[in-house]
Amino acid sequence: MTVSLRIFFIGGLTAYRGLINWLSPWIFFPTLVIAPIFQILLFVYIGRNAGVQSDEFYVIGNAVQYASIPCLFAMTQAISGERSQQTLTYILVTPAGRLPLFLGRALPVIANAMLVAAFSLLVSGLILGIEVPVSAWPAIGLVIFVATFSCTGLGLICAGIGLRVRETAVLNNVIFGLLLIFTGANLRIAELPGWMQAISYRVPLTHGIEAARRVANGASLGDVSHLLVSEAAIGVVYTVLGYQLLLFMERESRKRASLQVA
Amino acid sequence: MRRNLRLLAVAWLLNVKQLTRSSFDGMLAILWPIFFATVAFFMFRAGGDPKALVYAALGAAVMGIWTATSVSAGSALQRERWFGTLELLVAAPAHFSLVLLPLAFATSAIGIYCMATTLLWGRFVFGIDLQLEHPLLMAAAIPATILSIGALGFLMAVSFARYRTAWALGSMTEYPIWLICGFLVPLALLPSWVRPISWALAPTWGMRAIRESSTGGTPLPDIGMCFLLGSLYVAIGVVVTENVLRAARRSASLSLT
Repeated sequence: MTVSLRIFFIGGLTAYRGLINWLSPWIFFPTLVIAPIFQILLFVYIGRNAGVQSDEFYVIGNAVQYASIPCLFAMTQAISGERSQQTLTYILVTPAGRLPLFLGRALPVIANAMLVAAFSLLVSGLILGIEVPVSAWPAIGLVIFVATFSCTGLGLICAGIGLRVRETAVLNNVIFGLLLIFTGANLRIAELPGWMQAISYRVPLTHGIEAARRVANGASLGDVSHLLVSEAAIGVVYTVLGYQLLLFMERESRKRASLQVA
Repeated sequence: MRRNLRLLAVAWLLNVKQLTRSSFDGMLAILWPIFFATVAFFMFRAGGDPKALVYAALGAAVMGIWTATSVSAGSALQRERWFGTLELLVAAPAHFSLVLLPLAFATSAIGIYCMATTLLWGRFVFGIDLQLEHPLLMAAAIPATILSIGALGFLMAVSFARYRTAWALGSMTEYPIWLICGFLVPLALLPSWVRPISWALAPTWGMRAIRESSTGGTPLPDIGMCFLLGSLYVAIGVVVTENVLRAARRSASLSLT
């Protein structure tokens, strides 16, 4: 038990620090500090030009949606990065439990994503003069935590694919783009065609973004509990799928000797 | 002169071939603006103004040119470092600018694919019908825009020469240029202090030239501004190249290892 906890917490953090080169300030600052603020400003101004929603709608939507960048990229890199470092075989040959080994790496990813979402929300809110009541921040923090957990589950699936596919950067960017459309970060879900709405309610972040907007407008946690439960449930499904995919990829790579192929 | 032109043409073709075979620089550069275009089309459609949709379609199409250029041109030197060819290119008898310039133009030329796919996406998925008031001027406005954006990419490439993570700096410029060059937002909506910055950026004039050609206006002055600013970027880029290479030779830091 102690070993598993050590692998989960210390191993997860060590792997994260060793494999995520985005932690360098030369990457972290441009991609996770500056870029989300400009994405928010871009959509706020497009929204003003189109004359559809308030500034607050876009600020909250994009701040939470941008958390998907660390969730997807860092989670993928935290596992499939072992392959490019030539350490994957050593990791998989150990008797360490796979659950703490893989999921322990998700914890720092969630913390990073929460930081990105909260910082962009705070700074762009200050720039644009959007007042989110101080009393709403703890609830928003919880919503962001659930949303980032859910999206990290999707990142785990990408990590599984990353054990076999070379172009993980392309894959993650494509998923980020799809989340931009489907999560309702910039659109009311009701404005999307029916088939797109069906997808929207099954991907991470959609319910989280809606919950964050309602909390910022004065709703209590109890009022958005159904949204949080849905978001968490989606997160659990994606995490289980991601974990199973990682186990499958490991089995397949042993069977076909394809661990270092891609 | 003839030898330099041949070098520019051959290097441009070689780089276009390389970029089109890269899933990141080729496929993703084409897909990426489509995601943003789709969101913008939905937003403008919700606004209910059909003219705004045409405005968005043209803007989203030009966004793709900058997307193709910003990361690829920004990280051009770092890519050569990874390939192990940077020192060879710098040591070659041809001026390094003549090697780097076609690379930057190749990245912006990939933008033609982005532009075409975004316009087709708007036409067939969202039913946006573009009218071309001045087809001949449009035929001049598009290359002028691509060349001027390529020149800006060249300036970025040499300016980021000393950064190992130049791709992140290139990527960082993507949203700001989309915003302040008026691709999807009229400059009048932005704070007044932003406008002088917009005017100094060639994509602003390229965007205007393409819009004026489509909707019926006078795009020639805008095309002229594209060439003027593009030439200025190249001239500054050549001077920066000289300084960067001199400093790198002096401190033996070209490879950054």
